[in-house]
Amino acid sequence: MGEMQRLSRRAFVIGSAAFAGGIAFGSYSDAKEAAASAGANPLSAGLGPNSASFNPWVEISPDKITLIAQHADIGQGVGSVQPILIAEEMDLDPGQFEVRFAGPSPAYFNTGFADEFAPFLAADQSPAAEAARAAVLENLRKSGLQMTGGSSTIPDTYEKLRVAGAVARETLKAAAAKRSGVAVAELRTKSGHVILPDGSKIAYVALAADAAKIAPVLDVKPRDPSTWRMIGKPMTRLDIRPKVMGELKFGIDMKMDGMLYASVKLNPGKGQPLKSYDARKAQSMPGVKKVLEIKNGVAVVATNSWYAMQAVAAVECEWAPSAYPAEQADHWKVLEASFKPEFLGKEWRKIGDVETGLKSGTLVEAEYRAPYLAHAPLEPLNGIGIVTDAGMEIWVGHQSPQFVQSTAAAAIGLKPEQVTFHNQWTGGSFGHRLEYENVRVLAEIANQMRGTPIKLVFSREEDFIQDIPRQISVARHRGSVDKGKIVAADLQLASTAPLKGLLERSGIPSKDPDAQLASGLWNVYYDIPNFRATTYEAQGLSPCTTWRSVGASTAGFFTESFIDELLHAAGVDPMKGRIEMCAVPTYRKLLETLAEMSDWKGPLGNGKGRGVAFVEAFGTPTAEVVEVTATDRGIRIDKVWVAVDVGKVVDPVNFENQVQGGVIWGLGHAINCEITYAKGGAQQTNYNHHEAMRIYQCPVIEVRGLENDPKVRGVGEPPVPPAAPALANAIFAATGKRIREMPFNKFIDFV
Amino acid sequence: MIELTVNGIKRQVDVVPEMPLLWVLRDELGITSAKYGCGIAQCGACTVQIDGMAVRSCQARIGDIASKSVVTLEGLEKKDQHPVLQAWIEHQVPQCGYCQTGQIMQAISLLELIPQPTDEQINEVMSGNLCRCGTYPRIRAAIHAAAGKMAEK
Repeated sequence: MGEMQRLSRRAFVIGSAAFAGGIAFGSYSDAKEAAASAGANPLSAGLGPNSASFNPWVEISPDKITLIAQHADIGQGVGSVQPILIAEEMDLDPGQFEVRFAGPSPAYFNTGFADEFAPFLAADQSPAAEAARAAVLENLRKSGLQMTGGSSTIPDTYEKLRVAGAVARETLKAAAAKRSGVAVAELRTKSGHVILPDGSKIAYVALAADAAKIAPVLDVKPRDPSTWRMIGKPMTRLDIRPKVMGELKFGIDMKMDGMLYASVKLNPGKGQPLKSYDARKAQSMPGVKKVLEIKNGVAVVATNSWYAMQAVAAVECEWAPSAYPAEQADHWKVLEASFKPEFLGKEWRKIGDVETGLKSGTLVEAEYRAPYLAHAPLEPLNGIGIVTDAGMEIWVGHQSPQFVQSTAAAAIGLKPEQVTFHNQWTGGSFGHRLEYENVRVLAEIANQMRGTPIKLVFSREEDFIQDIPRQISVARHRGSVDKGKIVAADLQLASTAPLKGLLERSGIPSKDPDAQLASGLWNVYYDIPNFRATTYEAQGLSPCTTWRSVGASTAGFFTESFIDELLHAAGVDPMKGRIEMCAVPTYRKLLETLAEMSDWKGPLGNGKGRGVAFVEAFGTPTAEVVEVTATDRGIRIDKVWVAVDVGKVVDPVNFENQVQGGVIWGLGHAINCEITYAKGGAQQTNYNHHEAMRIYQCPVIEVRGLENDPKVRGVGEPPVPPAAPALANAIFAATGKRIREMPFNKFIDFV
Repeated sequence: MIELTVNGIKRQVDVVPEMPLLWVLRDELGITSAKYGCGIAQCGACTVQIDGMAVRSCQARIGDIASKSVVTLEGLEKKDQHPVLQAWIEHQVPQCGYCQTGQIMQAISLLELIPQPTDEQINEVMSGNLCRCGTYPRIRAAIHAAAGKMAEK
């Protein structure tokens, strides 16, 4: 993945051209670095009188304390855990501060991408690997790339935000010392106050004006973990209560004075133009204000969302054909024909002599398939925008603030800095809100309706039709077993390229092989003497993008299904075999923990079966056991056990919720979801066609978080990849039927 | 003008009778706890009560419910002490939270019909409510906890 470094440098060019300045401090560096870039604090410009900001994450006015969440909350809980990391060090209690999402700024560059983008296996902690990660980090710093994704929030912020909180605390203490004449060493802090030796207190907000006049105290050290009040302990996510009470406003709930409502119909052949349209019927429908032609479709502006949706549905459009094959069967044919040198992505890893290894013992060959999938978060794409002569202001939930600016600007001929972005709470994403379909068309509509705030809401159908799906992939794996051991594994897949597509649409195209296609393919930690992992990149298919767990969502299924097939051929128990082959001590411990949790004792009999799978994704190793029963009405999933090693469990309750949700995501889509194309458009346009898991199918899911990994890891995505192969392996154990293609319900019924 | 009662207050809206209650609540009355997820009664995010029954407000034509009483999550009686909402907070059910107001309205209806539901009964009644984040284990636990709280009262 060395090309990711080149990517970072390319991103750097974009970033430095658009934004001057650097970062206050990052997890690899010392807080003193902040001194060098004190002018780069994006909060400085907006401060009111007598207000202080010590770094890009803390703002104190005489009225309130505001903590800044730089990562977008897409349901994963980071709107809570980011301010909690700061509050821990500042001695603030929940309720004593407000939370605001960050605007675009290079100060919020994501340090958490450093490990994923460096060309080393996650388990490799060698000096060479660490040096490469440091180099990537430096490139990330220069690029100023602010993005939520890749399960990177905790790796990015775990140290950085505690340092930010410590800087704020010590600066407030310094201000209190100056005012009271008491030495800093005599002061302590508690519950939003500086406490003087005599027990009297000064509220932080009362120190704002004084603190603004002194330089931030940067010579600080975050506290010892033994003193933590909140981190690592069960706590209530800050957003739970407002969400339960129905008080939290999502992007789609926002309203503005004088606002009009818009909905769109875009070419189902993604990205292709509109040829002609007939809006006569729509023009006269209730509430319709205007029918607008936009780049690749039409929009209706009306007095409410429903009128807009009804009317836009009534516009008759003639579309240019899709640039990819119109029919699904041809997509598969393209993939099948892509295992050729001219489509080579990269040979990511080679150990021993694979061809010779394949000639010894018993040869096992298998082909696997994974379809396109939609993200379909329950809150459809939306946004509010207003364009005036000064520029555009946009309110939208998105994971890449800077690219919202550049995308909206490019759509209507503005400069990125003329676009003011306000991030919103979102009803899920799963990768959907890294793309720009709503941003681009909202800019176009608002530009044609200058001066009027426009609220755009995609219908659910349009959200499905315009979704840039998960990659489609075919794997052709070969391996051999001899004397109870795996001798060789030659893992090959052909796929569309999700990350490459996203980068291109983000304005930072890359010609390098898509490293996400290697995730779950090359990072195999079993001691297999002859091993090779190769990716091919199919050309001319549907655009694709990152879908919760990205490359590992398909490759993890292929690899761990195939390992199971090899172990079966070798006559080895799938759990014992994996444990014995596991070459990384902490990962082996993870598998042993899983075996202990699930009380794994081999075959169950009586129509019951268990499957195990182990995938490392985004640096986080996750192993799962799925137990099923083959009933008269089909497969019933009885129970799932999950062990995840994240180095440190920061927010244990949310951790469990995330892991369970990831398993449910992985299982549900593997069972019954696919996006297929006909006449160039997605055939699945609502949840009745793309259902995933409902509560009646949901098993009991037992979760254990381990803290053996030397680094702190994320958990939003890693529980997804092992779910599908563990289920397929369980079905094999229960029925003898090997399912090599998702969705599984094409081959077997589920209760 | 169509007249309806929402959360105990009489309201008038000037819309076509075919317009779904969901969009009247959200866009005309500014009541946003009922969410738009699918528009075809596949997700349950828009669940509200009409005359005490849980219904999908995306399927209720406003012309058909004039003169009926609509209750959304905002209008629940003694909302702060409501055992279902309390259980939802205690179990920290939400992730993104977008489906949860609908889940809660459906769960309240379930517990009115079946005060001590089994897992199977929960599955039957709650399967129309989709959660893309996968909070189902917590929804189940919260419903049992709420049933316990209601039995104590």
